[in-house]
Amino acid sequence: MLKMVVCIKQVPMVSELPWDPATGTLQRDLAEGMMNPACRSALDAALRIKETGGGEITAITMGPPMAEEVLREAIALGADRGVLLTDLKMAGADTSVTSHTLARAIEKACPGFDLVLCGFSTSDSETAQVGPQLAEELDIPGVAYIDEIGVFGQTVRMQRFTDHFLETLEMDLPGLVTVNTGRYAPRNVPLGGLQAAFDGADIVSLDAAAIGLDPERIGAKGSATKILNVYSPTAGKKNIVLTGAPKRIVEQLFERFDDKIGGAIGKDLKTERK
Amino acid sequence: MTAKKRAIWVFGDYRNYFQNRVALQLLSRAKELAAKINAEVCAVVFGYKTDEWTGDVPSYNPAFCGVVGEYIAHGADKVYLADHPRLAAYSMETYTLLMEQLVKREKPEIILIGATTFGREFAARVAKRLGTGLTADCIGLDINSEGLLVQIAPSFGGNLVAEIVTPERRPQMATVRPGTFQEIPHDYVRTGTVVNVPLPKSLPADRVRLVRSERCPQREQKLEDAKVVVCGGRGLGSKKKFAKLFELAELLGGEVGATRPVVYADWAGHNALVGQAGKPIRPQILFSFGISGAIQHTAACNDAKFVIAVNKNPNAAMMKRADVAIVADASQICNSLIQELKRRIR
Repeated sequence: MLKMVVCIKQVPMVSELPWDPATGTLQRDLAEGMMNPACRSALDAALRIKETGGGEITAITMGPPMAEEVLREAIALGADRGVLLTDLKMAGADTSVTSHTLARAIEKACPGFDLVLCGFSTSDSETAQVGPQLAEELDIPGVAYIDEIGVFGQTVRMQRFTDHFLETLEMDLPGLVTVNTGRYAPRNVPLGGLQAAFDGADIVSLDAAAIGLDPERIGAKGSATKILNVYSPTAGKKNIVLTGAPKRIVEQLFERFDDKIGGAIGKDLKTERK
Repeated sequence: MTAKKRAIWVFGDYRNYFQNRVALQLLSRAKELAAKINAEVCAVVFGYKTDEWTGDVPSYNPAFCGVVGEYIAHGADKVYLADHPRLAAYSMETYTLLMEQLVKREKPEIILIGATTFGREFAARVAKRLGTGLTADCIGLDINSEGLLVQIAPSFGGNLVAEIVTPERRPQMATVRPGTFQEIPHDYVRTGTVVNVPLPKSLPADRVRLVRSERCPQREQKLEDAKVVVCGGRGLGSKKKFAKLFELAELLGGEVGATRPVVYADWAGHNALVGQAGKPIRPQILFSFGISGAIQHTAACNDAKFVIAVNKNPNAAMMKRADVAIVADASQICNSLIQELKRRIR
């Protein structure tokens, strides 16, 4: 039976984000969470494979204890079990350390896995790096940004559109893919799914010690990158407000910004002052 | 013997050159950064028959032709070149292995890679193999007082910007969003050094097999590259009023963009959709008419240099982030702008 692992991240839903100004990292425990959209697509791809050829799906996530919510959601959608990696020592990990942590956990909790599916990118940090780095950590072939996947025995065939090339690729299992949003659309929770998610759902929680991770190599401590500073790019913008009659507003706009608008369109918009 | 000169490397992602000029843009910025840390600028080219690529201007020096010549003409002091039939098609595994070995031998201080789809995956794998840090999709790069590369990267759809450094591990690596920097003009008399990189004796077969690869026609990039974008949302009121944007855009020499509700209502085609599911834009000036500013839309507008927003609701998110927020009926302002522009443009 095909053993699939879907990596899922819980991302903050709110637009007002609670940042820790001391460390420059997000206080994830204060933000309302949701399943990252591309992870939903990865789960959907796995569910379709399971529907056509059978298989077993393990959803795995790393995050604070509340990240268990996305595992329950995954089980409600059709995943068979969930693995939660949660430990304060894992917090503040960059992508390289995240992929290290995930890889060791997958080897521990899902030995003999065939196919790992990740979302191509997350809506919060948007690096698109964890999937490819996880393939490196697991030392298995991997293809990022796939639009379509089919499993044929021990081979998978994938299609993707990257940098103006439409590519068809193949690899033998075990392997890893990262899935684009688009073809694999999020689905609704089926009847009975909610019950499956809450009645004796198979969810295990693992900390760093249970996975056998070296505390020096995980979390913020193990990360090569350091965040110096986080700010809003729109902060400090002037935000000039114009009100009044439309004709007057447009006149004001040109009086103040004719250089700017004229410069962008390459025309002189100045009029003779009367 | 003097210590080896520090180096900033730029990955020569040439397969969509001339449309995609990110490698040239990075060479330009690398030169500025190199001046601050006294380093040389090197390009890395993996491919086959790379000398057959012809550039903007033919080189007067036959030693520097093709991709190598382009990179030297655009600022590279040195080009590491691996030219071999095995490298004819971009291969993630082979390119990663070659880069890993080359970096371990030459020890560059910084590696910059264009954030193309290939570049982003390639950079992630190379960084992992080297055990170093990597910042994704940077929109700015600088050198701080400690001589570290400051990598400026957006997150949360561009609503936040983070400054990231790699304090200890080397090289310092970043992928950079195309269009972030301005390339320097082609200097066809410039010279540089070419270092030929041999392939390792035993190169493992790729575990990922490329079954078929077709180059698809370049998508029209008009909206993405437009200097002026006139974008409309539901607040314009009707398809007829939205259509006036086309007249305005024509006067401004710009392109028309639309939000998702407008595309759904069939006031505009899907190819006009500006947003996370549509196109990112980076105009000098963005006119935003009747757009509330959902994050899916604004995330694609963050690179607009100057934003003029019109909305009846002064508290709309788009109004808050605009340089000029006009509190008025979007359609009326559109009509007044058309009249005023006709008067001013002769």
